[in-house]
Amino acid sequence: MSSRHSFRFTLMAALFVCVFLVSMSVGRFPVPVSSVVRAMLSIAPAEGELSPQVETVLFQVRFPRVLLGALVGAGLSCSGTVYQAIFRNPLVSPEFLGASSGAALGAAFAILNGLGYREISLFAFLSGLAAVGLVVLVNVRSRLNPVLGFLLAGIMVGSLCSAGISYLKLIADPNNSLPAITYWLMGSLASARREDVLFAAPLVLSGLILLFMMRWRINILSAGDEEAAAMGVNAGLVRGAAILGATFVTAACVSVSGVIGWIGLVVPHFARSLVGADCRRSIPASILLGGALLPATDDFSRMLSSSEVPIGILTAFVGAPFLLYIILNDRREA
Amino acid sequence: MNTPSLCVKELTVDYGARRVLSGVSFEVYGGSLVALLGRNGSGKSTLFRCILGLLSYRGRIAAGGRDTRGMSASERASAFAYIPQGHENASSHTALEMVLMGASSRLGFWSTPGRREAHRAVEAMEEIGIGHLSDRRYDRLSGGEKQLVLTARALAQDASILIMDEPCSNLDYGHQLRVLDCAAGLARRGYLVVLSTHNPEHALSFADQALLLMDGAVNISGEPSDVMDAATLERMYGVPLDLAPAGGMLRTRRMGKVS
Repeated sequence: MSSRHSFRFTLMAALFVCVFLVSMSVGRFPVPVSSVVRAMLSIAPAEGELSPQVETVLFQVRFPRVLLGALVGAGLSCSGTVYQAIFRNPLVSPEFLGASSGAALGAAFAILNGLGYREISLFAFLSGLAAVGLVVLVNVRSRLNPVLGFLLAGIMVGSLCSAGISYLKLIADPNNSLPAITYWLMGSLASARREDVLFAAPLVLSGLILLFMMRWRINILSAGDEEAAAMGVNAGLVRGAAILGATFVTAACVSVSGVIGWIGLVVPHFARSLVGADCRRSIPASILLGGALLPATDDFSRMLSSSEVPIGILTAFVGAPFLLYIILNDRREA
Repeated sequence: MNTPSLCVKELTVDYGARRVLSGVSFEVYGGSLVALLGRNGSGKSTLFRCILGLLSYRGRIAAGGRDTRGMSASERASAFAYIPQGHENASSHTALEMVLMGASSRLGFWSTPGRREAHRAVEAMEEIGIGHLSDRRYDRLSGGEKQLVLTARALAQDASILIMDEPCSNLDYGHQLRVLDCAAGLARRGYLVVLSTHNPEHALSFADQALLLMDGAVNISGEPSDVMDAATLERMYGVPLDLAPAGGMLRTRRMGKVS
């Protein structure tokens, strides 16, 4: 790695740590960053420094929320980077193969049937996997070129799930389950609890590790299947493993945070513009940037107004212009 | 003569009911530049895809005396390297990263290229004089530069047989010559370079051997100046041709009248 890239990675890591600490400190009960650091380093903070209430806020409410934000941001960004590399298309986002819409359908179904908190996540995760499984199945049976086949099947399954969600919303009770479904679909970290982190972290981290480990193989997909085969690489196998990993991560993220759009589309562009297209760098860079960006956006979502603004709305407001900027900037460089 | 580097025997390929290749046989040797000529749709790319193991076929293909059917993917990659047409890939990797991909067959599924592979990639780029392109983005290179980067990638793969699919299509005259010159240089250094071309003049001025693919078979093979007479080319391309006496330049006899 060149020194320019090491420098940028150092900056990204620093940004990640800073955002994490600042996110822990801001909110309705502000806690100075220094106290946050002290509280996090030692299990118990210095006697009398933090009131028990603030300590509860810090560790029971804020810590899971920031942690989950970092996890979901890193997860969606990384799977976005991987999907874009697999499909050689910069407009692909983690939602493309139907993982998000599948998860949303599962969650809506669980909410409608009055299932518990843990079950909603589980349903969302499994139906996210099932939706992508269906896409893969359709693609295996089709004779289209694999990249095109995946995209078409993904769009098809995605809109099938959206239709299902619309139907569930139609029959939902407008007094309780409908608002719950609608709120869930907007995506939010507001209800993040310790259980969410415990549920999502192992899934997201194992997916990220898989993707990180195979980052060089993912690069080779950019050459196309036949060229990859001529280089002794089984592109189908690599793509399958990468899709599995990225889908696992996406479904796990969506199952605890709802549908948070844009981050998985924008951060990969941001990462590539900083460190280039090589997945050996763009995957870790998108993990760091996404892990910083989502908690940062979440800080705004909880501070902008007295009632929370769902983060999915904010990421769209921030993400869309940001993507435009990157696209225009890229043109000028060319 | 040493054992043939590449030996193709009775190669037959059907696309559904259509027979594309019927009994292609030829032998070519290391250290030579071999030009494969034939009309559009004559099966040049099909032949290459069989050699690279991308298509199923009947017959036998052997590299260095070994049947390619028994080779694993990585063994095959260390025997053959493929140099596709550069314009088909618009990857935004840097040129060096592209070349580095050639080393992939020697790496395990979970590994990334290390110092040794990086060194080989730089060496391959310098070997064909494009060291200065390392940090440039591949999708922003010219067609000829792309072709040379893909050639360097093939060298980094450490295979002794290089398969070039129409390396000169879409290149301007200068870049065509540069790419062909590079291919001829590699052949002189011991590689077996097999390239397909639509331009008989390329074969006449650069190749050591010409393979003429007609009616699904290699009917004629030999030194380009021996086998590529006007009558043969006329038969192959279906255009009346004259071969100018000096320099081997070709011109059509009656412009515009295609039989």
